[in-house]
Amino acid sequence: MHLIQRLGQLGLKLCGDFGRATLFLFATLFRLPRPVKSFPLLIQELYSVGVLSLIIIIVSGLFIGMVVGLQGYNTLNKFSAAAQLGQLVALSVTRELGPVVTGLLFAGRAGSALTAEIGLMKATDQLSAMEMMGVDPLWRVISPRFWAGFISMPILSAIFSAVAIYGGYLVGVKWLGLDNGAFWGNMQSSVDFYNDVVNGLIKSVVFGFVVTWISVFQGYDTVPTAEGISRATTRTVVYSSLAILGLDFVLTATMLGGW
Amino acid sequence: MPISNTDCIVTIENLSFARNRHIIFDDISFTIPRGKITAVMGPSGTGKTTLLNLIGAQLTPQKGRILVNGQNLAKLSKKELYIARRQMGLLFQSGALFTGLNAFENVAFPLREHTKLPESMIQDIVLMKLEAVGLRGAKDLMPSELSGGMARRVALARAIALDPELMMYDEPLTGLDPIAKGVILQLIQKLNQALGITSIMVSHDIPECFSIADKIVILADGKIVGEGTPEEIKQSQDPSVKQFILGLPDGKIPFQYPAENFSEELL
Repeated sequence: MHLIQRLGQLGLKLCGDFGRATLFLFATLFRLPRPVKSFPLLIQELYSVGVLSLIIIIVSGLFIGMVVGLQGYNTLNKFSAAAQLGQLVALSVTRELGPVVTGLLFAGRAGSALTAEIGLMKATDQLSAMEMMGVDPLWRVISPRFWAGFISMPILSAIFSAVAIYGGYLVGVKWLGLDNGAFWGNMQSSVDFYNDVVNGLIKSVVFGFVVTWISVFQGYDTVPTAEGISRATTRTVVYSSLAILGLDFVLTATMLGGW
Repeated sequence: MPISNTDCIVTIENLSFARNRHIIFDDISFTIPRGKITAVMGPSGTGKTTLLNLIGAQLTPQKGRILVNGQNLAKLSKKELYIARRQMGLLFQSGALFTGLNAFENVAFPLREHTKLPESMIQDIVLMKLEAVGLRGAKDLMPSELSGGMARRVALARAIALDPELMMYDEPLTGLDPIAKGVILQLIQKLNQALGITSIMVSHDIPECFSIADKIVILADGKIVGEGTPEEIKQSQDPSVKQFILGLPDGKIPFQYPAENFSEELL
């Protein structure tokens, strides 16, 4: 009996949390923009969310591309199909690895920072101070951060994919001696813009939306203590990672086709 | 809109408020006179800060109502509430300065958000406010570079940037050295006398409050136990008031947190 009670409580709490997060999202999204005042705030957040995440994205992209190139070459070579390496690298990166790994890195780098920053503003009464001045923190603090995350993530994902393909090229052509023309030519003939590149982009847009939503909500909803902030930051990374991997399966399943 | 007594900026009627079944206010009523300094005092945990949150409508009372300038803020829409709040300033115990902005930008924040003043005028107003709290020279410092007393003074300059009618101070003296305390006290008094700002001060520093307040309200156990001028409070025969003023460790307000019988728990 006790177990069923606990299960029910957990279910209710989950529903309540999800409801609050949705209301919060609507309150953040549906408001009249104030272009003159919002734009500088957005630029500032694009810098701290997007530009500051560039290094980790580029370095990880390069290494992942190199690893895929190396693994792919050894496997393909057994079937004397090493010339197809360009296709293998480009497809696996644009369709799967690009959006997913960028999403995970983005949650760890930018998402946790957003949660911690907003949580700390709450714990030090900065959000209350804003409310008492008649300034809505949803508009002033949350909204620019949300849009910055939403805009940055697809761009970061595209950069990741480009760098990863270059990493595969470095290993395959420069190191292992594949033919340059075959590498790029096979890639060009097999990668479809809509089925592969655009689908990857759609995934990264969805991941960007979900990760940023989780991050800003966890920050805004945090228990305003040191312990609360550390828990919220952990939750951001855990929930975001699970959401990315789960949604990746759903999106792949719905977009499958045209192999 | 109900017309309230114009001599009182805040009217609290039959206010009851509880948090997680713990009763914080039990049917209390009192008024804050316009243009005066009112000190709300009481032991820690009696909900003094909660009272300020209720007046600012960050919390909603479960029973009763609070009128600020005749308006029941709890009944307003979010937009109207945000407009009404521009007439109020709240000085947080922590200061609550925005960590990403320097002292100047912190004070300029409400002006930039709510007015369309040209930059030169914002600059003049901010410098005037900072001069009033004696920190014009610290305008380029970040909040992390300010001492506790300085941070509170910058926060005070920010709170008065829009020239509010009502200033609320949440424990303005707690954690300050005697000199900084004197500075803040003098500022509160100066703002009250020079600009006619009504002040509500939540505190438990007896001598300081008694020296500047026009009216004192003492809260204990969710009730008002004493209300009046500092002189009247000093003469009060109420055991809770006497205990609080004299700082006696045990009395009407018990030393022990409610617990079951000690000897039973040991056995």
